[in-house]
Amino acid sequence: MNATVCSVVVAGDSYVLTVAIFLPVLAALLMLLINKNRHSTIKWTALAASIANFIGVIPLFTDFDKTTAKMQFVAQYQWIRAWNINYYVGVDGISVLFVLLSALATILCVLVSWTAIKDKVKEFFIALMLIEGAMIGVFSSLDMFMFYIFWEAMLIPMYLLVGIWGGPGRLYAAIKFFLYTLTGSVLMLLGVITIYMMTGTFDMVKLMSTQLPVGMQMVLFWAFFAAFAVKVPMFPVHTWLPDAHTEAPTAGSVILAAILIKMGAYGFLRFSLPMFPDASQSVAPLMMVLSVVGIIYGGVICLSQTDLKRLIAYSSVSHMGFVTLGIFSLNIQGLEGGILQMINHGVITGALFLCVGMVYERSHTRLIADYGGLANVMPVFAGFFMVFTFASVGLPGTNGFVGEFLILIGGFTANKPVGILAATGVIIGAVYMLWLYQRVFYTDVNEKIAGLSDITFREVVTLLPLLILVFWIGFYPSAFTGFMDATVTQLLGRLRGGHMQALNMLIETVVK
Amino acid sequence: MQISELGPLLPELIIASLGLVLLIVEAFLIKRKEIVAALALLGTFAAFYSLTYTSFGPAFSDMFISDGYGVFFKIIFFVNLILSILMSVRYLKTEDSFHGEYYCLLVFATCGMMIMASAGNMVTLYLGLELMALSTYVLAGFNRHDSKSTEAAIKYFLTGGFSTALLLYGIALMYGVTGSMDLKAIAVYIAEHNVRENPMSTIALVLMASAFAFKIAAVPFHMWAPDVYEGAPTPVTAFMSIGPKAAGFAVLGRVFLYTFAQLAPDWTTMLIALSILTMCVGNVMALVQTNIKRMLAYSSIAHAGYALIGIIAATPEGMSASMNYLLIYMFMNIGAFSVILLLNTKDFKGLEISDYAGLAKAHPIVGAAMLIFMFSLTGIPPMAGFVGKFYVFMSAVRSGYMWLAVLAVIFSVISAFFYLRIVMYMYMKEPEREVELAHSNALGVSLGVAAAFVLLIGIAPQRFLEFAKATVRTLYF
Repeated sequence: MNATVCSVVVAGDSYVLTVAIFLPVLAALLMLLINKNRHSTIKWTALAASIANFIGVIPLFTDFDKTTAKMQFVAQYQWIRAWNINYYVGVDGISVLFVLLSALATILCVLVSWTAIKDKVKEFFIALMLIEGAMIGVFSSLDMFMFYIFWEAMLIPMYLLVGIWGGPGRLYAAIKFFLYTLTGSVLMLLGVITIYMMTGTFDMVKLMSTQLPVGMQMVLFWAFFAAFAVKVPMFPVHTWLPDAHTEAPTAGSVILAAILIKMGAYGFLRFSLPMFPDASQSVAPLMMVLSVVGIIYGGVICLSQTDLKRLIAYSSVSHMGFVTLGIFSLNIQGLEGGILQMINHGVITGALFLCVGMVYERSHTRLIADYGGLANVMPVFAGFFMVFTFASVGLPGTNGFVGEFLILIGGFTANKPVGILAATGVIIGAVYMLWLYQRVFYTDVNEKIAGLSDITFREVVTLLPLLILVFWIGFYPSAFTGFMDATVTQLLGRLRGGHMQALNMLIETVVK
Repeated sequence: MQISELGPLLPELIIASLGLVLLIVEAFLIKRKEIVAALALLGTFAAFYSLTYTSFGPAFSDMFISDGYGVFFKIIFFVNLILSILMSVRYLKTEDSFHGEYYCLLVFATCGMMIMASAGNMVTLYLGLELMALSTYVLAGFNRHDSKSTEAAIKYFLTGGFSTALLLYGIALMYGVTGSMDLKAIAVYIAEHNVRENPMSTIALVLMASAFAFKIAAVPFHMWAPDVYEGAPTPVTAFMSIGPKAAGFAVLGRVFLYTFAQLAPDWTTMLIALSILTMCVGNVMALVQTNIKRMLAYSSIAHAGYALIGIIAATPEGMSASMNYLLIYMFMNIGAFSVILLLNTKDFKGLEISDYAGLAKAHPIVGAAMLIFMFSLTGIPPMAGFVGKFYVFMSAVRSGYMWLAVLAVIFSVISAFFYLRIVMYMYMKEPEREVELAHSNALGVSLGVAAAFVLLIGIAPQRFLEFAKATVRTLYF
């Protein structure tokens, strides 16, 4: 960091996260200098940077101390003294996996865009690198101001990604995406300012153990809800998602599905639950209802989709409903299931969008009706797609099963009718995914897609890591839930403790 | 009068003599008119540098006050002047409307602004305001052969004259109530007497607020702005959209926040109404514009609304938020106008928003710069516009105007739509024609400086914030 930007170490000086945030930004700056016609140099630079970044964050996986709920890999420097703002990064059990997933997703996005992007190649990869930096920044920020900077800054390259390299309806989709998310974000900004006014700090770690007045918690919960619900997206503010996911280029869809929409759910875990525990508990039933509506509504809509990408986009609404359901069950199964399902959904839906992108590059159609018998034409591809379909459905042995199962247990524990309704969502999910698979890969070979070549080595390499993750998490989930245990337990303690504190305050006022 | 009393006036003296020198030099230079520009730049830099040697304190029996508060605004005026001169060199050649008085008028207008920012007496304030106004009236109509430019000048002149009359009437009434023209004496009188009961003081307050609102182009006193901004020569538009606005805010701050501090409940109500109307009309009207200068005119109206929020907070923190906002606004606006000027060539005006179609493809650097300015004007981090808005909203929330902050953020979401339309045209549409850029190093410099500061203040605002904070303290001498 530049000495005038940041100075004075406050606490911790681990470089891992700082490098992870700024290496892609530096790569983007470097790519600015490359001649725009030297496409392969640009691509290789992007690939090298994203792989280097992934290698750089591997210590987060190997050296992470799973026994503590404390922030790790912390670095803190003074940034804007006038407002008591620090450059403050660190990860705990909730965020660590998302940093890893972001770094992995970027590599895959570079690979899948290798031949798909032909226009403005340089700008595309610069935007992608900036997105990576911002994504990792969001997940590792521990200062609210800094969090907000990354949260908003990410909109710029994302808007460009959808708007420049997207499909026919890209202009509408891009501005819709931008305005929806911006509206939510600015309300959160006012929430951030209010918290700062009340406590005098932007330090999230401190705020996670600060008891705010219950009435204020309620107001703040809704201010932050505006931002997070749009990002997740929760019913009824989900309408930007199908447009943006469908029109975005493959890499954009993958980023949106795998990472960006997780930021909303992450926000609930990072802000809403620990900072407004009492408010969270009182609105949890409402949130669970909204989640179930999202699960069923998203699933039913999927049944009537004719566009491959749009179907997968709507399935995200349904799957993210499971995530928020898990989170607002407010018990250990639900929370861990929710976090794990966020990772799972990132892996599965990311993979599905990659697959659709690969086949679209060959056929130039996204209509389901234009496909049929693809398993005969592209057998290897069909195999991959099948695994991801099963994972999406939640077949035991795949990662989808573990996540959904935990969430359903959590949901049942919290509220039986909600659990039952959510379980029907699983069935609807199986219907639309399997039906989709049948229409696209079986039946007679459609003339329009006859003679397509099977996926190349590069594409296999792109899908393989996700395939491994599907089974790794599916068979050995504790390798991943192990990261969360300590943090989630502490979070639950905070929720119960907060509740007790609120009760005590109530009793005190009544006695007085 | 003693010579020592001239110390506080050093920058004003330099700028005023610069204007006079320019007038003479221009008459003797037949061919190389660029020398006038170079001389103007040199003089402005000298005045800028002299700020460090200027002694603080009142001069001429409190008619003039040299303090940190004034210095902050003078920095804005100087940077605005320097960048405006840089932007003008090429434009005057292309439009073939070079007359030596041009730079001289810019300099005199700046001198007027400086006097406004340092006025310690209603009379000095009025003099500064008139010097600024008369110079800008002429500048607005500088493209003599262009009917739009002439129309702009006459409109500006008539409405401007009207607002000056309001100001004078307000000053007269306030004199009637307090028996003084001196800002400090008025403040003391108001603190000791209950003037709020006196309807005359309220009327005076309304009249003065209206006059200042006219200068900062706040709704409903904005009617002149879109036509004048569209008709005036583009560098003059850039100059006018910042200088007189900042000067208006300087005066608002000194007169309302300091002199009328005791009347705060009255004037905050007025300013709140002004601010909401300004943000609403500015942002909504900008949505439907097809001419980029007109769009930026409405955008500039809207930004006055945001900056007003800081003054409404009626605290030193709020004022420093407003000042900081103006500083940032200057860089982003100058930047946006520099890009507009780059598109202006002999046979292509480039003033329609559709002219920006595909610009980023043909000219990636210019496109990227415009992208930075547009996102900054929207208030998206990590650009400076976000820091400006953040500070203003923070001061509003601290003073208990949460609802005003909510309205303001909603309006800034609306503003995203028209700012991003420019980005959309540049990056997401295919070019309709080949756009050639004006070749001008001076213009490139102003663009580069603006972009650099927009990013710098966005990423490392610490020094700028502290400077604004420190200077605003001197307001309460």
